[in-house]
Amino acid sequence: MIVTFTVNGETVTAPVDHPGSLLNVLRDDLGLPGSKSACEQGECGSCSVILDGELVCSCLVMAADVEGSSVTTVEGVAAGDLHPVQEAMHRAGAVQCGFCTPGIVVAAVDLFEQNPNPSPVEIREALAGNICRCTGYGAILRALDGLATGGDV
Amino acid sequence: MTITRRLRPTTVPEGGVGESPLRPDGVPKLRGEFAYAQDLTAEGMLWAATVRSPHPRARIVSIDIAPALAITGVHACLTSEDVPGRAHFGLEHPDQPVLAGSHVNYWGEPVAVVAAEDPRTALLAASLVEVEYEPLAPLTDPVIADQRDEVIRRLRIRRGDQGATGPVVIEGRYEVGMQDQAPLGTEAGLAIPDGQGGVDLYATSQFVHVDQEQVVASLGLRPDQVRSHPTGIGGAFGAREDVNLHIHLCMLALHTGRPVKMVYQRSESFTGHVHRHPAWLQYRHEADRDGRLVRVEAKVVIDGGAYASTTSAVLANACYFVVGPYRCDSVAVDGVGVRTNNPPCGAMRGFGAVQVCFAYESQMDRLAHALNMDPLDLRELNALESGDPMPTTGQVIGTPLPTREVIRTLEAMPLPDDLTDSHYSSLPGGSGLTTEQEQVRRGVGYAFGIKNLGFSEGFDDYAQARVRLTSAGAVVETAAIEVGQGLVTVLAQIARTVLGVSDVHVVHVDTSQIDSAGSTSASRQTQLSGGATKEAAERLRQRVVDRFGGDHLDDSGVWLGEDLVASWASVVESEWVETVTFRHPPTTKPDENGQGVIHADFAVAGHRAVVDVDLELGLVKVVRVDTVQDVGRALNPDSVRGQIEGGILQGVGLAVMEELVLEDGVIRNPTFTDYLLPTILDAPEVEALLIEQDGSWGPFGAKGVGEPPTISSTAAVVAAIRAACGKELNRVPVRPQDIALS
Repeated sequence: MIVTFTVNGETVTAPVDHPGSLLNVLRDDLGLPGSKSACEQGECGSCSVILDGELVCSCLVMAADVEGSSVTTVEGVAAGDLHPVQEAMHRAGAVQCGFCTPGIVVAAVDLFEQNPNPSPVEIREALAGNICRCTGYGAILRALDGLATGGDV
Repeated sequence: MTITRRLRPTTVPEGGVGESPLRPDGVPKLRGEFAYAQDLTAEGMLWAATVRSPHPRARIVSIDIAPALAITGVHACLTSEDVPGRAHFGLEHPDQPVLAGSHVNYWGEPVAVVAAEDPRTALLAASLVEVEYEPLAPLTDPVIADQRDEVIRRLRIRRGDQGATGPVVIEGRYEVGMQDQAPLGTEAGLAIPDGQGGVDLYATSQFVHVDQEQVVASLGLRPDQVRSHPTGIGGAFGAREDVNLHIHLCMLALHTGRPVKMVYQRSESFTGHVHRHPAWLQYRHEADRDGRLVRVEAKVVIDGGAYASTTSAVLANACYFVVGPYRCDSVAVDGVGVRTNNPPCGAMRGFGAVQVCFAYESQMDRLAHALNMDPLDLRELNALESGDPMPTTGQVIGTPLPTREVIRTLEAMPLPDDLTDSHYSSLPGGSGLTTEQEQVRRGVGYAFGIKNLGFSEGFDDYAQARVRLTSAGAVVETAAIEVGQGLVTVLAQIARTVLGVSDVHVVHVDTSQIDSAGSTSASRQTQLSGGATKEAAERLRQRVVDRFGGDHLDDSGVWLGEDLVASWASVVESEWVETVTFRHPPTTKPDENGQGVIHADFAVAGHRAVVDVDLELGLVKVVRVDTVQDVGRALNPDSVRGQIEGGILQGVGLAVMEELVLEDGVIRNPTFTDYLLPTILDAPEVEALLIEQDGSWGPFGAKGVGEPPTISSTAAVVAAIRAACGKELNRVPVRPQDIALS
């Protein structure tokens, strides 16, 4: 079957002749490798995308189920300049190997869209599904706590 | 030559050493545009998959590849008979089969590899390879392996008066579980045949030159026929030192004549790379009544698993650092790295020093208790400092080692307020809402650790770097792997500072274009590749300045005093390039008593953990970890902080949750659902102070900073849990039942 959906504002079609995930389609069929595959189980959040306004792990979404949906990936969170979340993370030194980074960017962008001034506890809970193995999360928290209290999104 | 006058700038360019410039790969990583090995593609590319043993030990009776080859879209299925060159590989000893031949020796060992048109077909084909096994009883008990002399290395250390004895004796046994590096990116790579019998490899690695050597040997090619390219990598922590898919990919690419890609799934990654050695440690400390260590005896057993990997070097580190950062003039250590049918173990951040630190710091706390002494006073009394002999090897420590300052600075750091907040986010049970606040006890614990920097035991440890001047500024060429730690930032900072030039780009080149940078491990690249970059930049600057009769260089060109004597454009009309191979001070192999100048440099660090423990449920919240670290000089303070915070959380993970659970050699939890990793909710507050001192041989006095955060953080957390609950806790990770039910 062919699925038609919107990715980062563009209508796309992809063949789905296998029980693949949205993540597979994004990475292998649509040439959008920004979403990362790291656990295949929805535990690490590296593949996070926004699907019809909901933050999801794209590895857990059946590709065949996205017909007519709208998907935002890390490639689509900012058109030109960096998104304020990306800018804050860059300046805080919140990127090391960077493999978890796209998922954290998408989760944080989703958080700030839902809640422009999240509390420290709300930030931590919103990112509890994203595993980072390099940073110990300190710089990520400094970036997002700073954005919540001082930055504008 | 154009000569113009311009006022000499009064400052060095921004982004030099001591600053924290933004990392050059930050924006592409934040946008999802950075290319990792997982993301690479090539025209006509095939996908590979690996057939793995379902048994920890078995004889291979037969392998039938015909069912796999019968599938449409399958291009190759290779077994041990297809390995063209050396049948085995290995970082220190080539003892591991490229593909298992007559026997399999661990669960998940590769037996065959297939290449097909797409990943699903490759996985299907791998599942159809028919391997008949005769299962054999696996050897999984390290004690029995030791008794049977199934040994990768034994190390015996005897130093000082072996009859020395003290009136206060503390004996203890400690155990450390098997930790996984769990880098977020799994093993991945792409091999592209060059059409002339050679191959280009782009794969996850910490050390491309040693990969290249092993590929050359097993493919039976000339060295110039294999080029290994530094490639984007999603973390490492030791997991990328050994070859895994590298030889397989090159075999398949040359066999099919097509580019071949392979990406391990997470469960496969847990068998596809080595782990931190589990350890069994038996100690006897003897002290005088004032608390001075008189004698330390230790027996160190680590399980190397089925193949050697770096077990020899990990065992050596565990034995050499068995006393910790403390003086003692009578030491006896018997160490053994055994060979079993458990998963192979090798490098992980801290490399042997982590396991013994948990034990010796537990011993020091117990000794302080027996002496009714403050634990920090005991440590300060025995602190090992520059000029002292290493308690194990006798090597006089020639570089700075501010152990006392680390202890006292850490003690002086403010403690957090007591727990008064009853919000669930502050309690050990978190959003599970399981913790009743009256069940919570706070504990504070300290631990200190020491580790070598760079490779030891006479290894010829070097790094090559090349600096060029171009019309766009300066370029640093290297094969040193950026694993996320910030090497690409710090090498540019070093070149900027030395040259006085703003625009510096670090470019990764393949193994055919530059000599080895050595491994991105042992906390060594800032010192080694940084040292090579600094020296190359210094030589280049001197040559350029001399050539034009100036006295310094900057973005404008060569200056003599306040006169610009050569513009940048005119300077780079000629080719300016300098290549330097940097070596650290030589080390020696140990003698029959384990004595010698074994190490090139050392670093010491301390951690103080504050934990809240739910005594009823055995749950632990690590509230805060404060640290003081000996860094020589922090070339990039933000990057140092990133290493400290990340390293501490890996230490916290080993203390309270991370363990690969084995049952008869089989990993029972090879997923991120079952192998627990610290999340953002588990991350403690971290405050770090750095001790900066001149005297190390690293560039600008820098020491490596990557591993010390992981050495003593585990021990500090366990000390804090003990303080809260009063249990002995002689094994990590500490499980809830150890606290609530023991």
